[in-house]
Amino acid sequence: MSTQDVESESDAETDGSGELPQPHTIRLELVDEPGQLLSALQPIAENGGNLLSIFHERGNLTPRGHIPVEVDLECPPDRFDTIVDALRDAGINVIRAGAEHFGETVSLILVGDLVDTDLSHTLHSIEDGAEATVTDVSLSAPSGTQEPSSARLRLATRSGKTDEALTVVRDIAAEKDLHVVEPLTEGSA
Amino acid sequence: MSLKLAILGAGAVGGSVLDLAGDYGHEVVAFADSSSSVSDPAGLDAESVHARKERDGVVGDDDPHAVFDTDYDVLIEATPTTLGDAEPGFSHVERALADDRHVVLANKGPVAERYGDLRALEAESEGTVQFEAAVGGAIPVLSTISDLGPSHVTAARGVLNGTANFILSRMAAEGLDYEHVLAEAQDLGVAETDPSFDVDGIDAALKFVILANVLSDGDAEYRLDDADVEGIRNVPGSALDLAAEDGRTVRLIGEATSSGVRVAPRLVPQGSALSVTGTQNIVQLETTHAGQLNISGRGAGGPETATAVLSDVSRLE
Ligand SMILES: NC(=O)c1ccc[n+]([C@@H]2O[C@H](COP(=O)([O-])OP(=O)(O)OC[C@H]3O[C@@H](n4cnc5c(N)ncnc54)[C@H](OP(=O)(O)O)[C@@H]3O)[C@@H](O)[C@H]2O)c1
Repeated sequence: MSTQDVESESDAETDGSGELPQPHTIRLELVDEPGQLLSALQPIAENGGNLLSIFHERGNLTPRGHIPVEVDLECPPDRFDTIVDALRDAGINVIRAGAEHFGETVSLILVGDLVDTDLSHTLHSIEDGAEATVTDVSLSAPSGTQEPSSARLRLATRSGKTDEALTVVRDIAAEKDLHVVEPLTEGSA
Repeated sequence: MSLKLAILGAGAVGGSVLDLAGDYGHEVVAFADSSSSVSDPAGLDAESVHARKERDGVVGDDDPHAVFDTDYDVLIEATPTTLGDAEPGFSHVERALADDRHVVLANKGPVAERYGDLRALEAESEGTVQFEAAVGGAIPVLSTISDLGPSHVTAARGVLNGTANFILSRMAAEGLDYEHVLAEAQDLGVAETDPSFDVDGIDAALKFVILANVLSDGDAEYRLDDADVEGIRNVPGSALDLAAEDGRTVRLIGEATSSGVRVAPRLVPQGSALSVTGTQNIVQLETTHAGQLNISGRGAGGPETATAVLSDVSRLE
Protein backbone atom coordinates (compact mmCIF):
# COMPACT_ATOMS: atom_id res chain seq x y z
CA MET A 1 0.00 0.00 0.00
CA SER A 2 1.44 3.33 -1.01
CA THR A 3 0.50 6.80 0.13
CA GLN A 4 -0.79 7.35 -3.36
CA ASP A 5 -3.44 4.68 -2.88
CA VAL A 6 -4.59 6.14 0.40
CA GLU A 7 -5.02 9.57 -1.04
CA SER A 8 -6.81 8.60 -4.18
CA GLU A 9 -9.32 6.45 -2.31
CA SER A 10 -10.02 9.12 0.25
CA ASP A 11 -10.45 11.71 -2.46
CA ALA A 12 -13.05 9.55 -4.11
CA GLU A 13 -14.96 9.12 -0.88
CA THR A 14 -14.72 12.79 0.05
CA ASP A 15 -16.04 13.85 -3.29
CA GLY A 16 -18.86 11.39 -3.04
CA SER A 17 -20.14 12.44 0.38
CA GLY A 18 -19.92 16.15 -0.25
CA GLU A 19 -18.95 16.87 3.38
CA LEU A 20 -15.62 18.35 4.41
CA PRO A 21 -13.21 15.86 5.93
CA GLN A 22 -12.43 16.29 9.62
CA PRO A 23 -9.30 15.37 11.52
CA HIS A 24 -9.38 12.51 14.02
CA THR A 25 -6.87 10.82 16.25
CA ILE A 26 -7.07 7.08 16.76
CA ARG A 27 -4.97 5.21 19.22
CA LEU A 28 -4.25 1.58 18.51
CA GLU A 29 -2.43 -1.15 20.32
CA LEU A 30 -0.52 -3.49 18.09
CA VAL A 31 0.98 -6.84 18.84
CA ASP A 32 4.66 -6.90 18.04
CA GLU A 33 4.47 -8.98 14.86
CA PRO A 34 5.58 -8.21 11.31
CA GLY A 35 2.89 -6.71 9.14
CA GLN A 36 0.73 -5.55 12.05
CA LEU A 37 1.04 -1.87 11.23
CA LEU A 38 0.25 -2.42 7.60
CA SER A 39 -2.87 -4.45 8.31
CA ALA A 40 -3.98 -1.80 10.75
CA LEU A 41 -3.73 0.96 8.21
CA GLN A 42 -5.53 -0.88 5.46
CA PRO A 43 -9.07 -0.55 6.89
CA ILE A 44 -8.51 3.19 7.25
CA ALA A 45 -7.68 3.69 3.59
CA GLU A 46 -10.31 1.24 2.39
CA ASN A 47 -13.03 3.14 4.21
CA GLY A 48 -12.28 6.62 3.03
CA GLY A 49 -9.74 7.80 5.62
CA ASN A 50 -6.80 9.94 4.64
CA LEU A 51 -3.72 9.31 6.76
CA LEU A 52 -2.12 12.46 8.11
CA SER A 53 0.52 11.05 10.41
CA ILE A 54 1.48 7.92 12.26
CA PHE A 55 3.19 8.10 15.60
CA HIS A 56 4.74 4.75 16.26
CA GLU A 57 7.35 4.51 18.94
CA ARG A 58 9.24 1.27 18.88
CA GLY A 59 10.59 0.10 22.18
CA ASN A 60 7.78 1.63 24.18
CA LEU A 61 5.12 -0.71 25.41
CA THR A 62 1.67 -0.05 26.76
CA PRO A 63 0.83 -1.29 30.26
CA ARG A 64 -0.52 -4.41 28.51
CA GLY A 65 2.75 -5.04 26.69
CA HIS A 66 1.59 -3.89 23.28
CA ILE A 67 3.02 -1.28 20.95
CA PRO A 68 1.09 1.98 21.07
CA VAL A 69 0.44 3.66 17.75
CA GLU A 70 -1.27 6.97 17.30
CA VAL A 71 -2.80 7.66 13.93
CA ASP A 72 -3.97 11.07 12.79
CA LEU A 73 -6.33 10.87 9.86
CA GLU A 74 -9.03 12.86 8.22
CA CYS A 75 -12.27 11.58 6.82
CA PRO A 76 -15.81 12.75 6.19
CA PRO A 77 -17.77 12.79 9.46
CA ASP A 78 -20.03 9.90 8.43
CA ARG A 79 -17.08 7.62 7.67
CA PHE A 80 -15.36 7.74 11.02
CA ASP A 81 -17.43 5.10 12.81
CA THR A 82 -17.12 2.84 9.80
CA ILE A 83 -13.35 3.09 9.99
CA VAL A 84 -13.26 2.29 13.71
CA ASP A 85 -15.61 -0.66 13.18
CA ALA A 86 -13.50 -1.94 10.29
CA LEU A 87 -10.39 -1.77 12.46
CA ARG A 88 -12.07 -3.68 15.27
CA ASP A 89 -13.40 -6.25 12.77
CA ALA A 90 -9.83 -6.74 11.61
CA GLY A 91 -8.91 -7.65 15.17
CA ILE A 92 -7.08 -4.39 15.92
CA ASN A 93 -7.35 -3.06 19.45
CA VAL A 94 -8.67 0.51 19.19
CA ILE A 95 -8.03 2.19 22.52
CA ARG A 96 -9.46 5.57 21.90
CA ALA A 97 -11.01 7.22 18.95
CA GLY A 98 -12.24 10.75 18.94
CA ALA A 99 -12.65 13.83 16.87
CA GLU A 100 -10.48 15.91 19.18
CA HIS A 101 -6.86 16.02 18.43
CA PHE A 102 -4.62 15.30 21.37
CA GLY A 103 -2.73 18.52 21.04
CA GLU A 104 -0.19 18.59 23.86
CA THR A 105 2.09 16.07 25.43
CA VAL A 106 3.64 16.26 28.87
CA SER A 107 5.97 13.99 30.75
CA LEU A 108 5.76 13.41 34.46
CA ILE A 109 7.13 10.96 36.97
CA LEU A 110 5.16 9.03 39.56
CA VAL A 111 7.05 7.89 42.64
CA GLY A 112 6.01 5.45 45.33
CA ASP A 113 4.79 1.94 45.75
CA LEU A 114 3.63 1.73 42.15
CA VAL A 115 3.25 -2.00 41.89
CA ASP A 116 1.29 -2.56 45.08
CA THR A 117 -0.97 0.37 44.27
CA ASP A 118 -1.80 -1.27 40.92
CA LEU A 119 -0.03 0.74 38.25
CA SER A 120 -2.37 -0.31 35.50
CA HIS A 121 -5.36 0.86 37.55
CA THR A 122 -3.54 4.13 38.18
CA LEU A 123 -2.95 4.61 34.46
CA HIS A 124 -6.55 3.84 33.59
CA SER A 125 -7.79 6.26 36.24
CA ILE A 126 -5.57 8.94 34.76
CA GLU A 127 -6.78 8.27 31.23
CA ASP A 128 -10.41 8.37 32.32
CA GLY A 129 -10.20 11.26 34.76
CA ALA A 130 -7.83 13.48 32.86
CA GLU A 131 -9.26 12.77 29.40
CA ALA A 132 -5.73 12.10 28.38
CA THR A 133 -3.94 9.27 26.71
CA VAL A 134 -0.96 7.66 28.34
CA THR A 135 1.24 7.32 25.29
CA ASP A 136 4.32 5.99 27.02
CA VAL A 137 5.23 4.35 30.31
CA SER A 138 8.70 3.54 31.58
CA LEU A 139 8.96 1.84 34.92
CA SER A 140 11.99 1.71 37.15
CA ALA A 141 11.55 -0.52 40.16
CA PRO A 142 14.86 -1.06 41.94
CA SER A 143 14.89 -4.63 43.21
CA GLY A 144 16.02 -5.67 46.63
CA THR A 145 15.91 -2.18 48.11
CA GLN A 146 13.43 -0.18 50.11
CA GLU A 147 13.61 2.57 47.52
CA PRO A 148 10.28 3.46 46.01
CA SER A 149 9.79 2.77 42.34
CA SER A 150 9.31 5.42 39.69
CA ALA A 151 7.38 5.53 36.45
CA ARG A 152 7.73 8.11 33.74
CA LEU A 153 4.50 8.74 31.89
CA ARG A 154 3.91 10.65 28.76
CA LEU A 155 0.41 12.05 28.53
CA ALA A 156 -1.23 13.36 25.41
CA THR A 157 -3.82 15.91 26.46
CA ARG A 158 -6.18 18.10 24.54
CA SER A 159 -4.87 21.52 23.61
CA GLY A 160 -5.01 23.91 26.53
CA LYS A 161 -6.01 21.16 29.00
CA THR A 162 -2.60 20.19 30.32
CA ASP A 163 -2.98 22.00 33.64
CA GLU A 164 -6.35 20.35 34.26
CA ALA A 165 -4.89 16.96 33.41
CA LEU A 166 -2.03 17.51 35.85
CA THR A 167 -4.49 18.42 38.60
CA VAL A 168 -6.29 15.13 38.03
CA VAL A 169 -3.00 13.23 38.13
CA ARG A 170 -2.14 14.96 41.42
CA ASP A 171 -5.47 13.94 42.95
CA ILE A 172 -5.22 10.33 41.81
CA ALA A 173 -1.65 10.13 43.09
CA ALA A 174 -2.63 11.61 46.46
CA GLU A 175 -5.34 8.95 46.87
CA LYS A 176 -2.73 6.24 46.41
CA ASP A 177 -0.06 7.99 48.46
CA LEU A 178 2.13 8.46 45.40
CA HIS A 179 4.24 11.51 44.63
CA VAL A 180 4.21 13.31 41.32
CA VAL A 181 7.21 15.04 39.86
CA GLU A 182 5.41 17.41 37.55
CA PRO A 183 6.92 19.09 34.53
CA LEU A 184 7.54 22.80 34.63
CA THR A 185 5.29 23.71 31.75
CA GLU A 186 5.59 27.46 32.07
CA GLY A 187 8.51 29.54 30.97
CA SER A 188 11.61 28.43 29.19
CA ALA A 189 12.59 26.11 32.04
CA MET B 1 29.50 58.66 52.33
CA SER B 2 30.69 56.35 55.02
CA LEU B 3 27.91 54.82 57.09
CA LYS B 4 28.21 53.39 60.59
CA LEU B 5 26.99 49.80 60.81
CA ALA B 6 25.73 47.86 63.82
CA ILE B 7 25.68 44.12 63.15
CA LEU B 8 23.46 41.65 65.00
CA GLY B 9 24.61 38.09 64.37
CA ALA B 10 28.25 37.01 64.39
CA GLY B 11 27.95 33.99 62.12
CA ALA B 12 28.93 33.39 58.50
CA VAL B 13 27.04 36.46 57.27
CA GLY B 14 27.55 38.93 60.14
CA GLY B 15 31.22 37.98 60.37
CA SER B 16 31.74 38.56 56.64
CA VAL B 17 30.01 41.94 56.77
CA LEU B 18 32.43 42.86 59.55
CA ASP B 19 35.35 41.80 57.34
CA LEU B 20 34.17 43.46 54.13
CA ALA B 21 32.52 46.71 55.32
CA GLY B 22 35.77 48.65 54.99
CA ASP B 23 36.12 47.53 51.40
CA TYR B 24 32.81 49.29 50.69
CA GLY B 25 33.83 52.45 52.55
CA HIS B 26 31.75 51.80 55.68
CA GLU B 27 32.71 51.12 59.26
CA VAL B 28 31.32 48.73 61.84
CA VAL B 29 30.74 50.42 65.19
CA ALA B 30 28.91 47.61 66.99
CA PHE B 31 28.82 43.82 66.69
CA ALA B 32 26.80 41.26 68.65
CA ASP B 33 26.28 37.54 68.93
CA SER B 34 23.61 35.77 70.99
CA SER B 35 25.19 36.53 74.37
CA SER B 36 27.50 39.52 74.01
CA SER B 37 28.42 42.64 72.08
CA VAL B 38 31.32 44.96 71.46
CA SER B 39 31.33 48.53 70.19
CA ASP B 40 33.76 51.28 69.23
CA PRO B 41 32.66 54.66 67.86
CA ALA B 42 35.91 54.81 65.92
CA GLY B 43 35.24 51.50 64.18
CA LEU B 44 35.93 47.92 65.24
CA ASP B 45 39.00 45.97 64.25
CA ALA B 46 37.63 42.82 62.58
CA GLU B 47 40.62 40.66 63.36
CA SER B 48 40.60 41.22 67.09
CA VAL B 49 36.83 40.75 67.30
CA HIS B 50 37.08 37.41 65.48
CA ALA B 51 39.99 36.40 67.71
CA ARG B 52 37.94 37.11 70.83
CA LYS B 53 34.99 35.12 69.53
CA GLU B 54 37.29 32.24 68.63
CA ARG B 55 39.02 32.28 72.00
CA ASP B 56 36.15 33.01 74.44
CA GLY B 57 33.03 32.27 72.44
CA VAL B 58 31.89 35.88 72.89
CA VAL B 59 32.55 39.03 70.88
CA GLY B 60 32.85 41.42 73.83
CA ASP B 61 31.79 42.19 77.38
CA ASP B 62 28.53 44.04 76.77
CA ASP B 63 24.99 42.81 76.56
CA PRO B 64 23.84 42.14 72.93
CA HIS B 65 21.20 44.86 73.22
CA ALA B 66 23.87 47.47 73.94
CA VAL B 67 24.34 47.80 70.18
CA PHE B 68 21.09 49.79 70.03
CA ASP B 69 22.59 52.46 72.29
CA THR B 70 25.54 53.12 69.99
CA ASP B 71 25.65 55.82 67.38
CA TYR B 72 24.96 53.80 64.24
CA ASP B 73 23.24 54.56 60.91
CA VAL B 74 22.29 51.09 59.71
CA LEU B 75 21.36 47.93 61.61
CA ILE B 76 22.49 44.74 59.87
CA GLU B 77 20.14 41.94 60.97
CA ALA B 78 21.98 38.62 60.53
CA THR B 79 20.56 36.50 63.35
CA PRO B 80 19.00 33.08 62.58
CA THR B 81 15.87 32.93 60.45
CA THR B 82 12.87 31.93 62.55
CA LEU B 83 9.29 31.16 61.55
CA GLY B 84 5.98 32.40 62.93
CA ASP B 85 6.59 35.61 64.89
CA ALA B 86 10.08 35.81 63.35
CA GLU B 87 11.64 36.66 66.72
CA PRO B 88 14.06 37.87 67.88
CA GLY B 89 14.81 39.32 64.44
CA PHE B 90 11.53 41.19 64.19
CA SER B 91 12.00 43.02 67.49
CA HIS B 92 15.51 44.02 66.43
CA VAL B 93 14.11 45.62 63.28
CA GLU B 94 11.29 47.23 65.25
CA ARG B 95 13.73 48.79 67.70
CA ALA B 96 16.01 50.19 64.97
CA LEU B 97 13.09 51.65 62.99
CA ALA B 98 11.65 53.19 66.15
CA ASP B 99 14.99 54.95 66.53
CA ASP B 100 14.74 56.10 62.90
CA ARG B 101 17.66 53.99 61.72
CA HIS B 102 17.89 52.04 58.47
CA VAL B 103 17.74 48.24 58.55
CA VAL B 104 19.35 45.76 56.17
CA LEU B 105 18.26 42.16 56.69
CA ALA B 106 19.92 38.90 55.74
CA ASN B 107 17.38 37.21 58.05
CA LYS B 108 14.43 35.95 55.98
CA GLY B 109 11.97 35.53 58.87
CA PRO B 110 10.59 39.05 59.30
CA VAL B 111 10.25 39.63 55.53
CA ALA B 112 8.60 36.28 54.81
CA GLU B 113 6.41 35.91 57.89
CA ARG B 114 5.53 39.52 58.82
CA TYR B 115 5.87 41.57 55.68
CA GLY B 116 2.84 43.79 56.37
CA ASP B 117 3.95 44.52 59.95
CA LEU B 118 7.43 45.33 58.69
CA ARG B 119 6.20 47.74 56.03
CA ALA B 120 3.87 49.41 58.54
CA LEU B 121 6.77 50.04 60.93
CA GLU B 122 8.88 51.33 58.07
CA ALA B 123 6.14 53.78 57.08
CA GLU B 124 6.27 55.28 60.60
CA SER B 125 10.05 55.63 60.57
CA GLU B 126 12.66 57.83 58.95
CA GLY B 127 14.56 54.61 58.32
CA THR B 128 14.07 52.19 55.44
CA VAL B 129 14.21 48.40 55.22
CA GLN B 130 16.28 46.52 52.62
CA PHE B 131 16.65 42.76 52.28
CA GLU B 132 18.42 41.80 49.06
CA ALA B 133 20.57 39.26 50.93
CA ALA B 134 17.50 37.35 52.12
CA VAL B 135 16.72 36.20 48.55
CA GLY B 136 19.40 34.39 46.61
CA GLY B 137 22.55 35.55 48.42
CA ALA B 138 24.78 37.39 45.98
CA ILE B 139 22.22 37.38 43.14
CA PRO B 140 20.72 40.85 42.64
CA VAL B 141 17.10 39.70 42.38
CA LEU B 142 15.31 42.35 44.40
CA SER B 143 17.26 45.26 42.99
CA THR B 144 16.45 44.01 39.49
CA ILE B 145 12.75 43.82 40.37
CA SER B 146 12.96 47.28 41.87
CA ASP B 147 14.60 48.64 38.70
CA LEU B 148 11.96 47.02 36.48
CA GLY B 149 9.13 47.98 38.83
CA PRO B 150 7.17 45.16 40.50
CA SER B 151 4.17 45.76 38.25
CA HIS B 152 6.31 44.91 35.23
CA VAL B 153 7.24 41.51 36.63
CA THR B 154 4.43 38.97 36.37
CA ALA B 155 6.19 35.95 37.86
CA ALA B 156 9.42 34.77 39.39
CA ARG B 157 10.57 31.16 39.31
CA GLY B 158 13.78 29.34 39.82
CA VAL B 159 16.17 27.49 42.07
CA LEU B 160 16.92 29.23 45.36
CA ASN B 161 18.31 26.50 47.56
CA GLY B 162 21.86 25.43 46.88
CA THR B 163 21.76 22.44 49.22
CA ALA B 164 18.76 20.81 47.56
CA ASN B 165 20.18 21.61 44.15
CA PHE B 166 23.54 20.12 45.04
CA ILE B 167 21.84 16.92 46.20
CA LEU B 168 19.62 16.57 43.13
CA SER B 169 22.37 17.34 40.66
CA ARG B 170 24.82 14.96 42.38
CA MET B 171 22.21 12.20 42.49
CA ALA B 172 21.57 12.67 38.76
CA ALA B 173 25.24 12.86 37.80
CA GLU B 174 26.49 9.97 39.91
CA GLY B 175 23.46 7.71 40.03
CA LEU B 176 23.63 7.76 43.83
CA ASP B 177 20.68 7.70 46.18
CA TYR B 178 19.47 10.52 48.40
CA GLU B 179 20.92 9.32 51.70
CA HIS B 180 24.33 8.79 50.19
CA VAL B 181 24.53 12.23 48.57
CA LEU B 182 23.11 13.91 51.67
CA ALA B 183 25.90 12.40 53.78
CA GLU B 184 28.43 13.61 51.23
CA ALA B 185 26.89 17.11 51.26
CA GLN B 186 27.11 17.15 55.06
CA ASP B 187 30.80 16.15 54.92
CA LEU B 188 31.45 18.97 52.46
CA GLY B 189 29.61 21.46 54.66
CA VAL B 190 27.03 22.04 51.91
CA ALA B 191 24.24 20.59 54.05
CA GLU B 192 23.57 21.18 57.76
CA THR B 193 23.50 18.36 60.30
CA ASP B 194 19.75 18.90 60.35
CA PRO B 195 19.08 19.43 56.65
CA SER B 196 15.28 19.67 56.91
CA PHE B 197 15.04 23.43 56.29
CA ASP B 198 16.74 22.93 52.94
CA VAL B 199 15.58 19.51 51.75
CA ASP B 200 11.97 19.99 52.82
CA GLY B 201 11.79 23.11 50.69
CA ILE B 202 11.16 25.56 53.57
CA ASP B 203 14.17 27.76 52.88
CA ALA B 204 13.29 28.01 49.18
CA ALA B 205 9.65 28.67 50.06
CA LEU B 206 10.59 31.55 52.38
CA LYS B 207 12.51 33.17 49.53
CA PHE B 208 9.63 32.78 47.08
CA VAL B 209 7.21 34.10 49.71
CA ILE B 210 9.44 37.18 49.98
CA LEU B 211 9.42 37.48 46.18
CA ALA B 212 5.63 37.16 46.15
CA ASN B 213 5.37 39.91 48.77
CA VAL B 214 7.62 42.20 46.75
CA LEU B 215 5.85 41.44 43.46
CA SER B 216 2.36 41.95 44.88
CA ASP B 217 3.53 45.39 46.03
CA GLY B 218 1.02 45.68 48.86
CA ASP B 219 -1.96 44.06 47.11
CA ALA B 220 -1.63 40.79 48.99
CA GLU B 221 0.51 39.52 51.82
CA TYR B 222 2.02 36.05 51.84
CA ARG B 223 3.42 33.91 54.64
CA LEU B 224 5.03 30.49 54.62
CA ASP B 225 1.63 29.00 55.48
CA ASP B 226 0.24 30.26 52.18
CA ALA B 227 2.87 28.40 50.17
CA ASP B 228 2.39 24.96 48.65
CA VAL B 229 5.66 23.27 49.61
CA GLU B 230 7.12 19.87 48.77
CA GLY B 231 10.77 18.96 49.34
CA ILE B 232 13.13 16.53 47.67
CA ARG B 233 13.14 13.60 50.12
CA ASN B 234 10.67 11.74 47.93
CA VAL B 235 12.75 11.93 44.78
CA PRO B 236 14.54 8.57 44.42
CA GLY B 237 17.47 7.91 42.13
CA SER B 238 15.17 5.93 39.86
CA ALA B 239 13.14 9.08 39.14
CA LEU B 240 16.29 10.93 38.12
CA ASP B 241 17.29 8.02 35.88
CA LEU B 242 13.93 8.04 34.14
CA ALA B 243 14.10 11.80 33.73
CA ALA B 244 17.58 11.56 32.20
CA GLU B 245 16.45 8.91 29.69
CA ASP B 246 13.97 11.47 28.46
CA GLY B 247 16.47 14.36 28.26
CA ARG B 248 15.23 15.88 31.49
CA THR B 249 16.24 16.27 35.07
CA VAL B 250 14.61 17.16 38.37
CA ARG B 251 15.13 20.46 40.19
CA LEU B 252 13.53 21.94 43.30
CA ILE B 253 11.70 24.77 41.57
CA GLY B 254 10.00 27.66 43.32
CA GLU B 255 7.38 29.87 41.76
CA ALA B 256 5.89 33.18 42.84
CA THR B 257 3.03 33.98 40.51
CA SER B 258 -0.35 35.67 40.70
CA SER B 259 -1.76 32.34 41.86
CA GLY B 260 0.58 32.17 44.85
CA VAL B 261 3.73 30.46 45.95
CA ARG B 262 4.70 26.91 45.12
CA VAL B 263 7.89 24.94 45.71
CA ALA B 264 8.22 21.38 44.42
CA PRO B 265 10.58 19.04 42.59
CA ARG B 266 9.83 19.52 38.89
CA LEU B 267 10.96 18.05 35.60
CA VAL B 268 12.99 20.48 33.53
CA PRO B 269 14.89 19.89 30.29
CA GLN B 270 18.57 19.00 30.79
CA GLY B 271 20.80 21.91 29.93
CA SER B 272 18.00 24.46 30.22
CA ALA B 273 18.43 27.70 32.14
CA LEU B 274 16.75 26.39 35.28
CA SER B 275 18.73 23.15 35.43
CA VAL B 276 21.68 24.78 37.22
CA THR B 277 24.13 22.39 38.86
CA GLY B 278 25.83 22.21 42.24
CA THR B 279 25.05 24.99 44.69
CA GLN B 280 24.26 27.50 41.93
CA ASN B 281 21.01 29.43 42.19
CA ILE B 282 18.94 31.00 39.43
CA VAL B 283 15.93 33.25 39.27
CA GLN B 284 13.90 33.73 36.14
CA LEU B 285 11.73 36.83 35.98
CA GLU B 286 8.79 37.01 33.61
CA THR B 287 8.38 40.61 32.50
CA THR B 288 5.47 42.38 30.83
CA HIS B 289 7.42 43.90 27.96
CA ALA B 290 10.85 42.35 27.97
CA GLY B 291 10.35 38.60 28.00
CA GLN B 292 12.31 36.54 30.47
CA LEU B 293 15.34 37.62 32.45
CA ASN B 294 17.56 34.98 34.02
CA ILE B 295 19.90 35.90 36.85
CA SER B 296 22.12 33.23 38.30
CA GLY B 297 25.01 32.96 40.71
CA ARG B 298 25.93 31.99 44.23
CA GLY B 299 22.89 31.96 46.43
CA ALA B 300 24.65 31.49 49.75
CA GLY B 301 27.93 31.77 51.61
CA GLY B 302 29.31 34.36 54.00
CA PRO B 303 31.15 36.74 51.64
CA GLU B 304 28.51 36.27 48.91
CA THR B 305 25.67 37.19 51.23
CA ALA B 306 27.69 40.01 52.80
CA THR B 307 28.14 41.42 49.30
CA ALA B 308 24.36 41.70 48.93
CA VAL B 309 24.10 43.25 52.42
CA LEU B 310 26.73 45.86 51.61
CA SER B 311 25.13 46.64 48.23
CA ASP B 312 21.93 47.39 50.14
CA VAL B 313 23.90 49.64 52.50
CA SER B 314 25.38 51.49 49.55
CA ARG B 315 21.91 52.07 48.13
CA LEU B 316 21.01 53.97 51.32
CA GLU B 317 23.55 56.69 50.68
N1 LIG C 1 24.70 31.77 55.31
C1 LIG C 1 24.15 32.17 54.17
O1 LIG C 1 24.65 31.87 53.11
C2 LIG C 1 22.91 33.02 54.19
C3 LIG C 1 22.41 33.53 52.98
C4 LIG C 1 21.28 34.35 52.99
C5 LIG C 1 20.67 34.64 54.20
N2 LIG C 1 21.15 34.11 55.36
C6 LIG C 1 20.49 34.45 56.63
O2 LIG C 1 21.34 35.28 57.38
C7 LIG C 1 21.18 35.02 58.76
C8 LIG C 1 22.52 34.66 59.36
O3 LIG C 1 23.02 33.51 58.72
P1 LIG C 1 24.40 32.85 59.14
O4 LIG C 1 24.68 31.80 58.14
O5 LIG C 1 25.39 33.90 59.38
O6 LIG C 1 23.97 32.16 60.52
P2 LIG C 1 24.91 31.55 61.64
O7 LIG C 1 26.28 31.30 61.08
O8 LIG C 1 24.17 30.45 62.27
O9 LIG C 1 25.05 32.74 62.71
C9 LIG C 1 23.96 33.24 63.43
C10 LIG C 1 24.51 34.26 64.41
O10 LIG C 1 23.40 34.92 65.05
C11 LIG C 1 23.74 35.04 66.43
N3 LIG C 1 22.52 35.23 67.22
C12 LIG C 1 21.57 34.33 67.53
N4 LIG C 1 20.61 34.93 68.27
C13 LIG C 1 20.98 36.20 68.45
C14 LIG C 1 20.43 37.32 69.16
N5 LIG C 1 19.27 37.21 69.79
N6 LIG C 1 21.09 38.50 69.12
C15 LIG C 1 22.26 38.63 68.47
N7 LIG C 1 22.84 37.63 67.78
C16 LIG C 1 22.20 36.41 67.78
C17 LIG C 1 24.48 33.77 66.75
O11 LIG C 1 25.19 33.97 67.95
P3 LIG C 1 26.19 32.86 68.59
O12 LIG C 1 27.46 32.98 67.79
O13 LIG C 1 26.35 33.34 69.99
O14 LIG C 1 25.51 31.55 68.45
C18 LIG C 1 25.37 33.64 65.52
O15 LIG C 1 26.53 34.41 65.66
C19 LIG C 1 20.16 33.91 58.88
O16 LIG C 1 18.89 34.48 59.12
C20 LIG C 1 20.20 33.27 57.51
O17 LIG C 1 18.96 32.68 57.16
C21 LIG C 1 22.27 33.33 55.38
